[in-house]
Amino acid sequence: MSPLPNIACIDGNEAAARIAHRLAEVIAIYPITPASPMGEHADAWSAKAQANLWGTVPEVIELQSEAGAAGVLHGAVQAGALATSFTASQGLLLMLPNLFKIAGELTPFVLHVAARTLATHALSIFGDHSDVMAARTTGMAMLCASSVQEAHDFALVAHAATLRSRVPFLHFFDGFRTSHEVGRVELLGDDDLRALVDEAAILAHRARRLTPDAPVLRGTAQNPDVFFQAREAANVFHAAVPGVVESCFDALAARTGRRYGLVDYVGAPDAERVLVLMGSGAGAASECVDALAACGEKVGLAIVRLFRPFPSEALLAAIPRSARAVAVLDRTKEPGATGEPLYQDVVTAFAESERAMPRITGGRYGLASKEFTPAMAKGVLDELSKPDAKRHFTIGIADDVSHTSLTWDRAFSTEGEGVRALFFGLGSDGTVGAAKSTVSIIATETPLFAQGYFVYDSKKSGAVTVSHVRFGPKPIRSTYQIERADFLAVHHFDLLARMDVLERAADGARLLVNCPYEPAEAWDHLPRDVQEQILAKKMELWVIDADRVAREVGMGKRINTVMQPCFFALSGVLPRERALEAIRRSIEKAYAKRGPAVVARNLAAVERATGEMHRVELPAGATSPLLRRAPVPADSPDFVQRITAMLLAGKGELLPVSALPVDGTFPTGTAQFEKRAIASEIPLWDPSICIDCGKCALVCPHAAIRMKVYPEGSLGDAPEGFLSKPFRSRELPGFALTIQVAPDDCTGCGVCVDTCPAKSKSEVKHKAINMAPAPGNREAERPNFEYFLTIPELDRAALDPGIVKHAQTREPLFEFSGACAGCGETPYLKLLSQLFGDRMLVANATGCSSIYGGNLPTTPWSRNRDGRGPAWANSLFEDNAEFGLGMRLAYERARDEARRLLAELAPKVGESLAREILGETATDDAAIARQRERVAALEAALAANPEPAAARLLSLADDLVRKSVWIVGGDGWAYDIGYPGLDHVLASGRDVNVIVLDTQVYSNTGGQASKATPRGAVAKFAASGKSAGRKDLGLIASAYGNVYVAQVAIGADDAQTLKALLEADAWPGPSLVIAYSTCIAHGIDMTTSMTHQRDAAKSGFWPLWRYHPGSDPHQQPFRLDSRAPSMPLRAFAEKEARFAMLMRSDPQRADELLALAQQDADERWRHYTQLAGLERSVVAAVRPPGAPAPEPGAAKTVEEEE
Amino acid sequence: MDLSTRYLGLALRTPLVASSSPMTGSLDGLRRLEDAGIAAVVLPSLFEEQLTHEALAIHDALDAGAGIFAEATEYHPDLTHYDTGPDGYLELVHRAKQSLGVPVVASLNGTTLGGWVEHARLIEKAGADALELNLYQVAADPAHDAAALEAREIELIETVRAGIEIPLAVKLSPYYTALGHFARRAATAGAQGLVLFNRFYQPDLDLETLDVVPNLVLSRSEEVRLSLRWIAILRRRLSASLAASSGVHTADDVLKLLLAGADATMMTSALLERGAAILPELEKAVALWLEAREYESVEQMKGSVSQAAVADPEAFERANYRKTLRSWSSGWR
Repeated sequence: MSPLPNIACIDGNEAAARIAHRLAEVIAIYPITPASPMGEHADAWSAKAQANLWGTVPEVIELQSEAGAAGVLHGAVQAGALATSFTASQGLLLMLPNLFKIAGELTPFVLHVAARTLATHALSIFGDHSDVMAARTTGMAMLCASSVQEAHDFALVAHAATLRSRVPFLHFFDGFRTSHEVGRVELLGDDDLRALVDEAAILAHRARRLTPDAPVLRGTAQNPDVFFQAREAANVFHAAVPGVVESCFDALAARTGRRYGLVDYVGAPDAERVLVLMGSGAGAASECVDALAACGEKVGLAIVRLFRPFPSEALLAAIPRSARAVAVLDRTKEPGATGEPLYQDVVTAFAESERAMPRITGGRYGLASKEFTPAMAKGVLDELSKPDAKRHFTIGIADDVSHTSLTWDRAFSTEGEGVRALFFGLGSDGTVGAAKSTVSIIATETPLFAQGYFVYDSKKSGAVTVSHVRFGPKPIRSTYQIERADFLAVHHFDLLARMDVLERAADGARLLVNCPYEPAEAWDHLPRDVQEQILAKKMELWVIDADRVAREVGMGKRINTVMQPCFFALSGVLPRERALEAIRRSIEKAYAKRGPAVVARNLAAVERATGEMHRVELPAGATSPLLRRAPVPADSPDFVQRITAMLLAGKGELLPVSALPVDGTFPTGTAQFEKRAIASEIPLWDPSICIDCGKCALVCPHAAIRMKVYPEGSLGDAPEGFLSKPFRSRELPGFALTIQVAPDDCTGCGVCVDTCPAKSKSEVKHKAINMAPAPGNREAERPNFEYFLTIPELDRAALDPGIVKHAQTREPLFEFSGACAGCGETPYLKLLSQLFGDRMLVANATGCSSIYGGNLPTTPWSRNRDGRGPAWANSLFEDNAEFGLGMRLAYERARDEARRLLAELAPKVGESLAREILGETATDDAAIARQRERVAALEAALAANPEPAAARLLSLADDLVRKSVWIVGGDGWAYDIGYPGLDHVLASGRDVNVIVLDTQVYSNTGGQASKATPRGAVAKFAASGKSAGRKDLGLIASAYGNVYVAQVAIGADDAQTLKALLEADAWPGPSLVIAYSTCIAHGIDMTTSMTHQRDAAKSGFWPLWRYHPGSDPHQQPFRLDSRAPSMPLRAFAEKEARFAMLMRSDPQRADELLALAQQDADERWRHYTQLAGLERSVVAAVRPPGAPAPEPGAAKTVEEEE
Repeated sequence: MDLSTRYLGLALRTPLVASSSPMTGSLDGLRRLEDAGIAAVVLPSLFEEQLTHEALAIHDALDAGAGIFAEATEYHPDLTHYDTGPDGYLELVHRAKQSLGVPVVASLNGTTLGGWVEHARLIEKAGADALELNLYQVAADPAHDAAALEAREIELIETVRAGIEIPLAVKLSPYYTALGHFARRAATAGAQGLVLFNRFYQPDLDLETLDVVPNLVLSRSEEVRLSLRWIAILRRRLSASLAASSGVHTADDVLKLLLAGADATMMTSALLERGAAILPELEKAVALWLEAREYESVEQMKGSVSQAAVADPEAFERANYRKTLRSWSSGWR
């Protein structure tokens, strides 16, 4: 069967981007979830020289921020180009100033927005209309698509209407629910595009362009005399927009048969209760209304398509006159308003009409992709039946604080014909890819409609994915997760013990489990609660050892093409042979370009799959003694038990409003309670080979390898099997050492083993630490780790932290993050937490580090036994340096005020105590411990003092102990969007420490190029290989002369990294540490995450250096810590897929770029070697104005210690 | 002086042939070689194992982290193609053939029977003048006996031979118990030429890290003697073309091999070390030697000092060591 013509299976982002790329000349982009894929598609298409409707290839350019992109777009449209862009959320906010300008100048332009909420008490990447509502005063027309097909159609309507009306358009659809839902789309052809896009309007747009051949002036400054009138002069253009959009809709309908109105209505023509909403919620609501109307209920739904200019007439025309109650649903929140925006518009529309006012209520739903189901829509309609229906309400949550929430009947379901399937995957086992492929096969090769939606975990390692797949004979409007599945596939056996997989299983559902046990034994390995569910729901149980099959055909851990044929076989959506043929074709299509070996192995998996599947005969009753694991240990703290455990169990939806912090404040140290046990192998220590170097603990990205030293003979009650060896140290004779794995927290990445330098004398493959199968060993190591935690921490002053193994004896206060296995960033943060964690404030830019650092349910930022630990906050992406500077200023003001008060109160609290506190100038750990003791004494003295000044000092006394502010972020922040702020903060001369976790791409959003991306590397937004060399951020910063700068790579030279962090902290001015961080976006085997960095330094790709300012006029502040490059850059690059991909896809360009990259490295080295000989000293004292002069001797802390 | 020779039925202007190397892997390098007077080129091997490895590596890299996290459903742009199949190689064959006047010999190193045959056909279709099969394996498994391994290689030669029309050479390693016997079987199975010998990549140890490290060492002139001996032995026993490979650096090396019976002398290390510019010097030196000794042509001298042509055939077999000692001792006694 050949694929259906003009049908594609794509998601909302691609649906919109396909049109945008065909109708644009200039596309300025910047990555932001969930809109990034639109820019990625556009960049990739232009990189492949795919032309627009007029035969030219659109210019796609990435900017440093959305603000930058908006500036470029503004310039482009002023100069006559057809321009477009894609954004969401904070990105849209950054564009606002230009959007006002573009609209004010009546310039055709389309911005496609995958609508996402705004960061308030927390960041959230998920969908609602908070962002677009913030743009509603810009003067842009706003068109809202509510499905993937509409995202495609409305993209064209927006581009056509902006040209006809001159009013710029903001075309939006719901983030994730529409942007990431895949489904069957009828594609618009070039003829459709030509039919709607008015060529004359394009010529008119060009005629208005800025050109010296017909010069004009635009963007004047106007005064009170005329500004107002001029502002009103454009009214007629805005007033014409609804008509223009209608005519475009008509033209679209004439060509495609798909008819849309400014406001569409579904339901009973004589409806008495009517819902009004826009966006993807229309799908769920229309299912509900249709179902109720079919039962004779007088209900209806008005779907708003054009939101700005608000089409009052169309709204009134759409809502039947019989309506006596109208509920307007807004997917946004506007605290303090009389109601949310759509509600207010609807009220106004009625109020200004001659019609009798129905009872109009307004409610919020679906914030940050909160589920919105037909049952919830019914809940709202039910409320409208009441004479005293709530005027302002919420739906979808339980609000037990303000009592805004409506209840709904969870049993109400509108799921009709068709099949609903859920696929539970783990990590990158290919589950999501297979589900997408399945949807695509059904959507493009059968007459059936299909829909795929994917729910992801908050972790980047060991993450659970749930794929929701529907298919059936009618268009699918179900814009909500599957609640009752007919088919469930569990792609990893352990998931059955981890989560309530069968909660959503329908009675009689088929369950397919990837099972490592023989079919006859499968039943006995299921947890008892799962067995009971299977029996109670009369399910069919099928098993297959997909891991074995995948392994045997050379597919490694990828089980997708083993599981997919089984789904087709069991679901019966297609005759088996036709299904297999379609899968084979899809494999050819997807993998042919990756090489025949990839295709062959996938095909081999398909051939084997269904023959390996077995049905399990079910016994009459549950037999297993096993129970599903509790999400957190029973002895966890109260908050963790009440809140975190619910989130971990996937039941956060059930938490009421009262359960949650009012201001986004959460306890730290919660990752330790997760005990995810995701590793298939864990490292075990062999003390007989260990050389005490501490490198395994240093490099562990998850703090799952721990090192402790303790007095020999102090392990009286250690469990049997707890290992120990004498600690080789001149400083600490008589001490013993243990290296211990945290068996449930390890991800099995193997970085520790790869890094371990100690090899057995008789068999080199055996090291001092070795990977071993987790089953069995995990259970054995649990009591050891528990005991390990009880061993007292060593006094921080006992060992100089300037030596790696000494630093590793310190307790990490950053542990068990959900970062990718082998993450190159987290070892730096863990080390920082070991060095300064008990006196550290962290300002964290949005990005990977804010996600593994602060994405609920848990955080790896932790606290020590005294309750001290890093205090962490995230503001935004673009402002992190400034955010951190603000923290520093607050601390300094508090510290100075405390010192002033202490001096004032010295007679009351004790002169000598006050003198000692005020006179402490040392900054080492011993001094900090001394100062803490003094402050404790001070606090005791103050507690008894009734004076107001004493209370004030008591509130600030902690700040008499030295604090460090660390500003943490990635290269996207530091090099691009946050650079102006970073530069300003460095220029301020203030004592802040910046660490840039430099992965050379925007890692968190999937690897888009930044200015840190090296020449020749392929990245998203640089699909043809980056042409420009990377920015030398360190060198730019060092130009200030008083900024401490270090470029480090912990895997290349851990001692240099350690030295740099200590020096940065000690330097009393600004410090910048640029830390090379390996990332899965580099395309390396992440087990070699650390050892690979040696080649980065060795090849001159990433030279290690420090710029240590000082006052000695003859000092040479630039220290080159690397040796001269001793391997060609190409040899390094060949080991990374980001470079190697280009060598395969475009060898000639790769050769050219790599030759230039080699020159970059050579020139950089030549430049650095010259810098290393230069003398330079700090001119100005590193002291803010008004600050007291440093004590004599204090300046020594900044001097070089070598 | 007529330096021409015939190899695999192809007429070569001189016996100087460039063996597989990075230099023959680019059109630039190939053109440089032709400009300098090379008589034929052997392209680098299409290495099936490498292709498979690269395809899977690219597959792994593209899939790493894919479908795990909502913000990053993958981490690399999906490019139009990756050339992990034979296409890039076939393109090289095609373009080499288009741009060069000298014969272009493609080289193939397979791991599966299907791979060998399919790739051989594609190479022929791409226009190669001849194909060299690179039989390269380390028979490390004690469970596999020599007879079975040899039988598999012979089957492979037969299958490839049956699948293509262009001349076929087989590049052998010296590690056969009965090399002469195997060489004859290979020729009987359809190899029109034998290339003697493969140089194995030999692993090395890093004393600092105790790692096993790859170590590619360029050949030296001394190594030519292994080829010399076997070419001399096989020359009159086989009708197949014989090419010498490994250690050909100087005109003396070339001359000796021709005298032993080589139809072509293949170079890699010499070209990599000293560039294509050595070719005119070599050619001139060979010609001078021949002229000085009043040879008419290369064809005339080829094989004139092969085993069958020398008075003491034993010299090419076991006796070398003893004779050497005797000649030494006679010197100082």
